[in-house]
Amino acid sequence: MDVVGTNERMAAFLRDNHDKVVGRWTELVVAGVRGRTSREEVRRELEDLYALIVRVLSGADEDAAGELTATLDELSRNRARDGFSPIETAVGVFSLKEAVYELVADSAELVPDFYSLSRMVDDLGLRTFEAYSAAREQIIADQSAAMLELSTPVVQLWDGVIGVPLVGTLDSARTQLVMEKLLDTLVTTGADHAVIDITGVPTVDTEVAQHLLKTVSAARLLGAECTISGIRPQVAQTIVSLGIEFGDIATKASLADALALALRQAGLKVVPL
Amino acid sequence: MERVPILKIGQILFVSIQIDLQDESVIRLQEDLADELAVTRAHGVIIDITAVEIVDSFIGRMLTTIGSISRLFDAETVLVGMRPAVAITLTELGLSLSGVRTALNAEKGLEILNGKS
Repeated sequence: MDVVGTNERMAAFLRDNHDKVVGRWTELVVAGVRGRTSREEVRRELEDLYALIVRVLSGADEDAAGELTATLDELSRNRARDGFSPIETAVGVFSLKEAVYELVADSAELVPDFYSLSRMVDDLGLRTFEAYSAAREQIIADQSAAMLELSTPVVQLWDGVIGVPLVGTLDSARTQLVMEKLLDTLVTTGADHAVIDITGVPTVDTEVAQHLLKTVSAARLLGAECTISGIRPQVAQTIVSLGIEFGDIATKASLADALALALRQAGLKVVPL
Repeated sequence: MERVPILKIGQILFVSIQIDLQDESVIRLQEDLADELAVTRAHGVIIDITAVEIVDSFIGRMLTTIGSISRLFDAETVLVGMRPAVAITLTELGLSLSGVRTALNAEKGLEILNGKS
């Protein structure tokens, strides 16, 4: 079978039946997206893709293949961001086969030509999936970076007392970030007491405890004392059953208790007015 | 080899390290400080490491040793002005500098020593 010949015949066929095929293709895709994109927009996107596919099939244009993948990648990325599922994204391409098949089904001499188009569409469909998952991964990476930034505030509780409310799981990367921010704040504010509140930390295992101990001993090297607060009953039980020792680090049930301790150590007393 | 100067202010010896610490300089500092403590009978030592960017395990251990030596002369050692990056490195190395007190800056270090006497 002459591949070049079939490709060219298919290209000619697609050019001749442009309106019919694109019309049917748009219809199929619009049914799939269920109103999330307007018909005009879908039609415009598919017109672009269609023109590029014809150019690639006709084989005359060397840049066409690159342009086609770029357009397809862009389309898949947009679909991923708009919350379409991978199937919905890929079906958008695969339904071209259906649209064309309906036209060539009657004429037997076009079937081999259709086969070459079909192979090409399969490749394009897989391509959309790759671009789709890459876009999704990018979104996930962006979100976790944003979360890392958001989830580690260091606040001033009192003159000379800073608080670090920790929310979420503590891993090495976050501990490093928390430690750096805590130490920097100690230096810039001249505070000599820090309260690390772990109310928002869901579980405390040996690794998390190790991270906490490291943070406390680094703060001590700067000359600041740390208190760990917000230990919930379940967490206390876990800590004891794992045999974790916090040594001489003060631990308190609530942030209020820890603040009271810090004030007492600073020689301050809160009295009613 | 560069020497670290030791300044006597009242009953306190003040050491401000302004150079890149070499092993020999630290050993020399330890010797000089011991001599100085014996002569002046100071009751406190402040070591200012604000300008020090790198502290390795050897220097970390020597700082602890200086603390122990000072205690033999009944003087307390306060290490002041450690940079956050240095603190993180020392923690990662597992050095907690036990026996040496720490303070954020020279002023707070002085308060600790004066509060003691």
